[in-house]
Amino acid sequence: MKLTREEVRHIAILARLGLSEAEVERFQEELSHILENFEVLQQVDTTDVSPTAHPIPTHNVLREDEAAPSLPKAEVLANAPRQEAGCFKVHAVLE
Amino acid sequence: MDLWQLTIHEAHELLKGKEISSLELTQAVLQSIGQAEEKIHAFVTITEDLAFKQADRADKQIRNGQMTPLTGIPGVIKDVICTKGIRTTCSSRMLENFIPPYDADVVERLNAYGIVIVGKSNMDEFAMGSSTENSAFFPTYNPWDLTCVPGGSSGGSAAAVAAGETIYALGSDTGGSIRQPAGFCNIVGLKPTYGRVSRYGLVAFASSFDQIGPLTKDVTDSALVMNAIAGYDPRDSTSLPYPVPDYTRALIGDLHGLRLGVPREYFIPGMHPEVEQAIRCAVGKLEQLGAKVDWDVSLPSTPYALPAYYIIAPSEASANLARYDGVKYGFSYQDTSNMWEAMGKTKQFGFGPEVKRRIMLGTYALSAGYYDAYYLKAQKVRTLIREEFSQALGRFDALLTPTSPSPPFKLGEKVADPLQMYLSDVCTLPINIAGIPAISVPAGFSDGLPIGLQIIGKPFAEEVLLHIAFAYEQATEWHKRRPPI
Repeated sequence: MKLTREEVRHIAILARLGLSEAEVERFQEELSHILENFEVLQQVDTTDVSPTAHPIPTHNVLREDEAAPSLPKAEVLANAPRQEAGCFKVHAVLE
Repeated sequence: MDLWQLTIHEAHELLKGKEISSLELTQAVLQSIGQAEEKIHAFVTITEDLAFKQADRADKQIRNGQMTPLTGIPGVIKDVICTKGIRTTCSSRMLENFIPPYDADVVERLNAYGIVIVGKSNMDEFAMGSSTENSAFFPTYNPWDLTCVPGGSSGGSAAAVAAGETIYALGSDTGGSIRQPAGFCNIVGLKPTYGRVSRYGLVAFASSFDQIGPLTKDVTDSALVMNAIAGYDPRDSTSLPYPVPDYTRALIGDLHGLRLGVPREYFIPGMHPEVEQAIRCAVGKLEQLGAKVDWDVSLPSTPYALPAYYIIAPSEASANLARYDGVKYGFSYQDTSNMWEAMGKTKQFGFGPEVKRRIMLGTYALSAGYYDAYYLKAQKVRTLIREEFSQALGRFDALLTPTSPSPPFKLGEKVADPLQMYLSDVCTLPINIAGIPAISVPAGFSDGLPIGLQIIGKPFAEEVLLHIAFAYEQATEWHKRRPPI
């Protein structure tokens, strides 16, 4: 099975990952090669086998809803590439 | 003996007896860094000022009789673990200037134990890799042979310990990233059970596999670090509230009464013959020490662990790394006012090739039309692998395998072929799939390059691993060899 360039571009859009044309070409080859090798998984009989998402059987860990101090706003914003009025600043979302 | 060569327990005795101060020990380690670092490149950041401050504080604590087994002893933290006020880069351009506003749980615990942090260690970018060549900054070199890789992704931590640039280090292990570099550098590396050590403050790669653990010069040190870092943390809802034993009580030299198994599928075609020979020798030694060994156990789904891992881990990574959108922290592409373009270019220029490859692979495996064939299928195979381990570990106290199918390989040897690089984790990643603990201990050499023995145990049976590892270490001399640099 070989991925098309269009498929590679489509996956990159789903991941919101910008790729150069050279990268598209390279991933087309590499991902196709890797996925081809992983087709052995289809040989495994998994009839009636349920999937495992997580190694420990923990479900819905709950705690009391108690107020506790948060991180100081200034320290959190210190790493922000752009900020204004104590908020993260983003590009316009709506055109 | 130079002070930087000491183990934790040796340094502790000297500190306790007031024969040395933490300041002297810290100075010796920083001097060793000054000499070795030019060749090894184990550090992203050296924290000399902080180290002297912490050493000074430790000396006061020692004078006041407030001493833990780790007080005043220099350690290194892998640069994927958040340290408040100290740059934490994940060896990525994306986080090159990121300064965490909080400490990881393990760092809080080590601070309470009196650690002296001498630096943050180099790694494969976002812990994705097996050689530390995927660091966006520079590769790390193996102290045993500077033309070889130290393993990865915790290659900086392992090389620093082996080269005497620290007394011990923390690493993280998602598919072998503590054990494989420990094996490649002739030191001890323990990956605890999933849920044993808090992941709070560990930058996420694959959240259902990631676990923090110690890289140390010997097994006693591994137990001492585990005593400090293990335990429940309400801030990590996957950490489990089980009591933490005193791991040093497991350090017993006799193995009578223990049942060990050797799974045949781990001796794969194409593995290095001297690795196979060394591991069979090591198992023979454990038999001599009193263990009952079954040399032919089978875990038939083992060959499917690698593809299952390299579907599930990138899938989880693709979700975890979506957060690097250039808004809250990290690199941010600014030459556009278009939101989608800014996000795409932030990731394009912020991430290196292996990280992009895994984001692409994971996004593909999770995408409509392929989810059932890849992700769901891999999760079902995960169930089979877990069940086989569970059955085998019902019959045996531990399983024994090589840590890696080959000794350390050359820099550049596997960079061009991702699948060849992935194969380097073939013996370690099944353990993360099952969420169980495993330790790598020095078990021999091939042409002067180290070989690691992997001991695999039941969930929350780290004591059993430390017991077996300790008995083996006492009966052998491998761990006493020091690299030529």
